[in-house]
Amino acid sequence: MGLPVTLRIALRALAKNKMRASLTVLGVVIGIAAVTTMVSVGQSASRLVQDQFESFGTNVIVIFPGSQRGNGVNRGRSSPTLTAKDSDAIERECQAVLAASPMVFAGGQLIHGNLNWSPKEMVGVGPTYLSVRNWPIRRGSFFTSSDVNNAAKVCVIGQTVVDKLFQTRDPLGKSIRINNIPFRIIGILQKKGANLVGEDQDDLVLAPFTTIRKRMRGSLFNNVDIIMASARSANLSREAEYQITSLLFERHQILPGDDPDFEVQDTREIAQTLGVITGTLTTMLSAIAGISLLVGGVGIMNIMLVSVTERTREIGIRMAVGARGRDILLQFLVEAVLLSVLGGIVGLTLGTLASIGITTAINEWTSGTKWPVVISIPAAIVAILFASAVGVFFGFYPARRASRLDPIEALRYE
Amino acid sequence: MSLIELRDIRKIYQLEEVEVQALRGVSLDLDVGEFVALMGPSGSGKSTMMNTLGCLDRPTSGSYLLDGEEVVTMSRDQRARLRNRKIGFVFQNFNLLARTSALENVELPLMYGAGMSSRRRRDKAASLLEKVGLGDRMGHHPGQLSGGQQQRVAIARSLVNDPAILMADEPTGNLDSRTSREIMDLFQELNAESSITIILVTHDLEVGRAARRAIVLRDGEIVVDSSEFSHAVRALHSSIGEETAP
Repeated sequence: MGLPVTLRIALRALAKNKMRASLTVLGVVIGIAAVTTMVSVGQSASRLVQDQFESFGTNVIVIFPGSQRGNGVNRGRSSPTLTAKDSDAIERECQAVLAASPMVFAGGQLIHGNLNWSPKEMVGVGPTYLSVRNWPIRRGSFFTSSDVNNAAKVCVIGQTVVDKLFQTRDPLGKSIRINNIPFRIIGILQKKGANLVGEDQDDLVLAPFTTIRKRMRGSLFNNVDIIMASARSANLSREAEYQITSLLFERHQILPGDDPDFEVQDTREIAQTLGVITGTLTTMLSAIAGISLLVGGVGIMNIMLVSVTERTREIGIRMAVGARGRDILLQFLVEAVLLSVLGGIVGLTLGTLASIGITTAINEWTSGTKWPVVISIPAAIVAILFASAVGVFFGFYPARRASRLDPIEALRYE
Repeated sequence: MSLIELRDIRKIYQLEEVEVQALRGVSLDLDVGEFVALMGPSGSGKSTMMNTLGCLDRPTSGSYLLDGEEVVTMSRDQRARLRNRKIGFVFQNFNLLARTSALENVELPLMYGAGMSSRRRRDKAASLLEKVGLGDRMGHHPGQLSGGQQQRVAIARSLVNDPAILMADEPTGNLDSRTSREIMDLFQELNAESSITIILVTHDLEVGRAARRAIVLRDGEIVVDSSEFSHAVRALHSSIGEETAP
């Protein structure tokens, strides 16, 4: 018997018992829907991570001052070992580095007129900081090296600060007081949105690091908190990391074999680590969802066994008029596969809708996050193939049982 | 050469510790176009004989040549093919597929046969339904047909592959006497006009009378094989007498 005919017979057999057929496939529907949702949301999470790292600045490398260890003596945790000169040298001498900027962190209160705001970040940076972060200025300009040299009281603010202190008025050229020191606003940054953990990145004030260090921290030293650099391209980030490391080894006169007094961290590494974490999570959740698919398969097997028993007479009739074992086997196998594939298609549709719903809900409730909706065609194909594999696997035993019935006894079956 | 040649057919069932000999060395020749009634009391081996002749079952020993082909050594699938090509079945309880139209029931054997286009299958099935007088009931399901009509559908199904042999197992057992007569008339008509060999298994003497040759089985052996129906009647009565005697 040809496959099209077998398919038609199977379809008709299922149509005769619609209620049972739909209950039977429910397990597969739920299983496939769960797997699809998990994979889709997982993929959108890793896409989000990637996007975030790209928005943070492409190929950013962060240099931390490290615990300085010499002759086996630990000389303190965050020793002030990095200077602005290190940063300049990195930018000047490391070929793979596009730009580098020192960073000095501070905190405090902003006052403009009768409005108050305490920004999340107040950072002193160098004139090339925006190149490092790949962050354009929306209006006005950024401060220059001479501003840095003079520790000028100028600042550039993010959109959130604009909203909090100026609302609709133009902040350019206005003066704000930071911890009671008056600063002139010379530029406004392009809006960047929330970062990976949902923090507003636009809630910040940037000023020359010299100004922050001297006027706000009152520090007499010339160290900086960290240095942030960026590689010229993604491919060069490893090379840049290497060049920075060897340059700083030289500048800090660290002997081979000694631990360095700094630490270089490539954000791509963090991105990769996060990617691995989300990937593992996705795999784990999918595996759990896969178990429900397995349960669904057992459900199909169960009903197919019942169906074989119920239709013993039919099998006997078919055998009497000339159906061979494999005709019967194929008939029941096709029925099982059809069930599971139909379940797979329904499950895939539900899962896709669910993942769209989940990402939309996350975007709705967590302001600022933009989870992308990821619908993967290969994943859909795999899901359908997997569903049919479940059908073949769990349908085979009942089908074989049917094909091995004795026609005489099957005909006599009441 | 005969259509059917049975030589010393034996069938032994192993029921737990007990061996039951359902057929004890049956030999029989049937020619093309014969109309045979296979009779006997219950337990005589009638059913086993019918299953063997119908290639549904395989004897324990002996030789069964159907149209020159040895059936005894055939595999399950080979016998399925053979049934499909050479044998049509009519059963007491009709054995039609439920919730399936008469037309599709008749088409069924063609589905398992050599590739035939769906159009030709349909035409063939339809013409047979016409022949058994159900041309206006093709779309009806068995549940919507009377017993006699269902048996006519079954007869159409048994003929659709142009078989050499039609095996009818108590075909009138579930029908009233008037419908029974109609069905038997149909069998006689078929036998007369298309020289199909009909093997009728029955315990009903009136039904058996329609056949032209009577074979009576008792205890797994043929006790009467005659075209004189009265011989068969006598043999059957004596066996019934023995059974009911105190």
